[in-house]
Amino acid sequence: MVNEFLILMKQELVITFIIFVLLFIKLGKEELKNETLINLVNILLTLNLASGFVFQQSGRLFGDMFQTTELLTFEKNLLNLGTLIISLQSYNWLKDHKHVPEFYILLLSTLLGMFFMISSNNLLMFYLGLELSTIPLAALANFDLEKRRSSEAAFKMIISSAFSSGLLLFGISMLYGSTGTLSLTELPAHLTGDPLQIFSFILLIAGFGFKISAVPFHLWTADVYEGSPVSVTSYLSVISKGAILFVMVSVLYNAFLPLDESWYNMLFLISVLTMIIGNLFALRQQNMKRFLAFSSIAQVGFILIGITGQSAEGQASVIFFILIYIFSNLAAFGVINLVSAVTGRENLDDYKGFYKTNKGLSWVLAIALFSLGGIPPTAGFFGKFFLLLAGAGKGNYLLIAIAALNMVISLYYYLKVIKAMFMDANDNPIENVKAGWSPKLAMIICIGGIIITGLASGAYQYIHSLVK
Amino acid sequence: MNLSLLIIVPLLTALCILPLKQLKQIRAVSLIGAFAQLLLCFVLVYAYIQQRKNGDVGTFLFEDNYIWYAPLNINYHIGVDGISIAMILLTAFVVIAGVLVSWKIEKLSKEFFFLLIFLSLGAYGFFIALDLFTLFFFLEIAVIPKFLLIGIWGSGKKEYSAMKLALMLMGGSALVFVGLAGIYFNTNSFDLLQIAGTNIPIEVQKLFFPFAFLGFGIFTALFPFHTWVPDGHSSAPTAASMFLAGISMKLGGYGCLRVATYLMPDAAHEYSTLIIVLACIAILYGAFATMMQTDLKYINAYSSVSHCGFVLLGIGMLTKTAIDGAVMQMVSHGLMTALFFAVIGMIYDRTHTRQVAQLGGMMKMMPFISTVFVIAGLCSLGLPGFSGFVAEMTVFMGSWEKADAFYRIATIIACASIVVTAVYILRATGKAIMGPVVNNEHLALGDANWNEKLAAGLLIVGIVIIGIAPFLLKDLIEPGTEIIINKVATLGK
Repeated sequence: MVNEFLILMKQELVITFIIFVLLFIKLGKEELKNETLINLVNILLTLNLASGFVFQQSGRLFGDMFQTTELLTFEKNLLNLGTLIISLQSYNWLKDHKHVPEFYILLLSTLLGMFFMISSNNLLMFYLGLELSTIPLAALANFDLEKRRSSEAAFKMIISSAFSSGLLLFGISMLYGSTGTLSLTELPAHLTGDPLQIFSFILLIAGFGFKISAVPFHLWTADVYEGSPVSVTSYLSVISKGAILFVMVSVLYNAFLPLDESWYNMLFLISVLTMIIGNLFALRQQNMKRFLAFSSIAQVGFILIGITGQSAEGQASVIFFILIYIFSNLAAFGVINLVSAVTGRENLDDYKGFYKTNKGLSWVLAIALFSLGGIPPTAGFFGKFFLLLAGAGKGNYLLIAIAALNMVISLYYYLKVIKAMFMDANDNPIENVKAGWSPKLAMIICIGGIIITGLASGAYQYIHSLVK
Repeated sequence: MNLSLLIIVPLLTALCILPLKQLKQIRAVSLIGAFAQLLLCFVLVYAYIQQRKNGDVGTFLFEDNYIWYAPLNINYHIGVDGISIAMILLTAFVVIAGVLVSWKIEKLSKEFFFLLIFLSLGAYGFFIALDLFTLFFFLEIAVIPKFLLIGIWGSGKKEYSAMKLALMLMGGSALVFVGLAGIYFNTNSFDLLQIAGTNIPIEVQKLFFPFAFLGFGIFTALFPFHTWVPDGHSSAPTAASMFLAGISMKLGGYGCLRVATYLMPDAAHEYSTLIIVLACIAILYGAFATMMQTDLKYINAYSSVSHCGFVLLGIGMLTKTAIDGAVMQMVSHGLMTALFFAVIGMIYDRTHTRQVAQLGGMMKMMPFISTVFVIAGLCSLGLPGFSGFVAEMTVFMGSWEKADAFYRIATIIACASIVVTAVYILRATGKAIMGPVVNNEHLALGDANWNEKLAAGLLIVGIVIIGIAPFLLKDLIEPGTEIIINKVATLGK
């Protein structure tokens, strides 16, 4: 029993262990240097990542509240990898920060919450994980302590997430009222599609929509992303969204399968709106963080198309795309993070003439943006292709025609950044930014991922075999 | 013969360029790489002819098939027939000429040659692909180098042109994607040969043919989606213009033929009237628009719209001779337009103007360049002895085989455009090359260097060989076109 407990919850336990280590360090008399602390956390996260690949076992705990399968372990590994990359990238920003242990304690608490959320087999457990992953995030958004925008971001975040949690909880309670169960395994048998269930389901989707900032629930995103420190912004837009999407796809594909027709239509509508509005807003952004925020809204629209596929290919393509999205978006955020930490400049105009002074960083950002735009040979091409292909599997060619045209719009604004970096002249370009070994390592991981994940089909086939 | 070498050689060349520092080394490596490509293509042609002589009647030779994404039925499947070999040969010629004319480039030369070689990789991959996913992959791979080449090294309103070109071609790809997805879900395969073997229902064909044809058509300047051509070609640096007009536009023509027409022959019949109408508009409109141009690059760019119209006309006619002609026109136009852009680049490098009005009497100071200009011009207007005549003549003969009045009128309209071509070519040549010297500063300018002479010489050799001995090219492509036309003829009834 104890053995099983240890093995099934190994990832959660390691994260909890790291949190406790940090707590003890904080309470202890001697203060560790920031650099040591950051490296220590990075090493422990790497260990956790490694632990995810050994002792693979599926099972359930706590009266079927908690479950683990190989797929779920893999998803947690992805989130862990993303967190590790962000931690490596934040080195320049964190090393002068006064509250490094608190930053990591909060960050890892949210990660722990996501792990529980992914592993939940019960809507209550899911809600607990969700809250654990949201509330510390609001505190994290406030981590540029001396900036007013940062506090504003935190405030907006906490209010909007409280609201969305309320919707979610309302939906869950009505679902319980009409089906008499909260267990995700028992739910399908009780779903009859009566109006109350559909209504509660809409509330659930709205709750999900808030968290992944799908249109029309996206309005909080831009301000929060702009105000938060870059590390937190990248965490919000990649890890936190990724976790919710993982849950969303597995819940929709398993528990809510009997209602597939109604959620297909909902997702169709939401994804079209999300793509178009995300793209149109992204066109006009001047701040790089805001720009990536809106572009990530559009990306979510594409991911929803994959979910509408309602097939093993659909699920596999969503998880595969999130893997690629972690690499691509984090590579882009990595460059912006570094530039912002060293020079404090975050606007598109600042990036004019960037190539003259920072060749390496320009190429990293360019490759990341090409991947986000879906241009081969980067992995983004494969990701988008498979998402759209999965969506087309339902025979809804209108949807993929809209999506394919949206790819053209999104390419425009990605190319705009590339144009600014490579082609525009600037009297006062960003000076040469020296990256330490840690952001460099993060970028190498990301670029390697962008190039290899698509061309070598191993990752997709592994995910596909897990999904089946 | 391992076809993957055609991808590996450019890739290795590009990777070898990356660590180099000095311009001399970079261009030496690029030239060696381009030369290796050309050599490889000659070996390929030789091996292909031998194989055919030995009685191999397979549709595609030197096939290789590796599983890429097993769950989605995606393979890395390559192979060639005569048509692809003609295209590959064209690519190799244009690449080596492009490297040679870019000899003097000094601004970010490493990046320039890297992107140039990378662009050729996409073209080779596209022409050898027998799997629609692989084909699409290589079609889109060229977006990055095209955008950067025009935007960084171009002239004039380069950013605008680069953006326009990238977005319009991406739009084309988006349409192609919808077409491919439609084919995939009705045949459950991306494999060209497998799909060719299955009968796609006619309703499905009618739905997805326009997507595929229009998508590829944008690449080959199908009216009214030709507007990226003049801007893109004129703003691009010389070598990139040569690549764009010589190779990239041919990707579209090849795709229209190989994917749209070959895989959906019934729909090709249904839509042939529309294709012919659009092609005729492109031919006429392109020719008349060229008459109004004063910039040499714009002249050649608009005339490309007109010339590529012949390709689409040949495909739309759906007779064997016409399709033969379309393929020949692709090769001929590729060589001719690359030569034209090369020689315009040479003139611009010396005089720093491309305006016809500011040029005159070039023959006096640069006889070699002027001669090349005249040759390119004569090939463009279809003088016998050059490839242009052979190709256009074949298209006309093929079109005339269709007896209906509509086809006759279309053919006559297309023929008439040649007169317009003669007007603009002869006018530009007369003014810039033969006329009186306009600017006395030009008298001090020197003639072509060895690298420019070599580049022009290679392309002229290609043009003249096709012009004098067209049967060489025709014999090469004929088995390929026969298979396409058989499919159209048997299923189309």
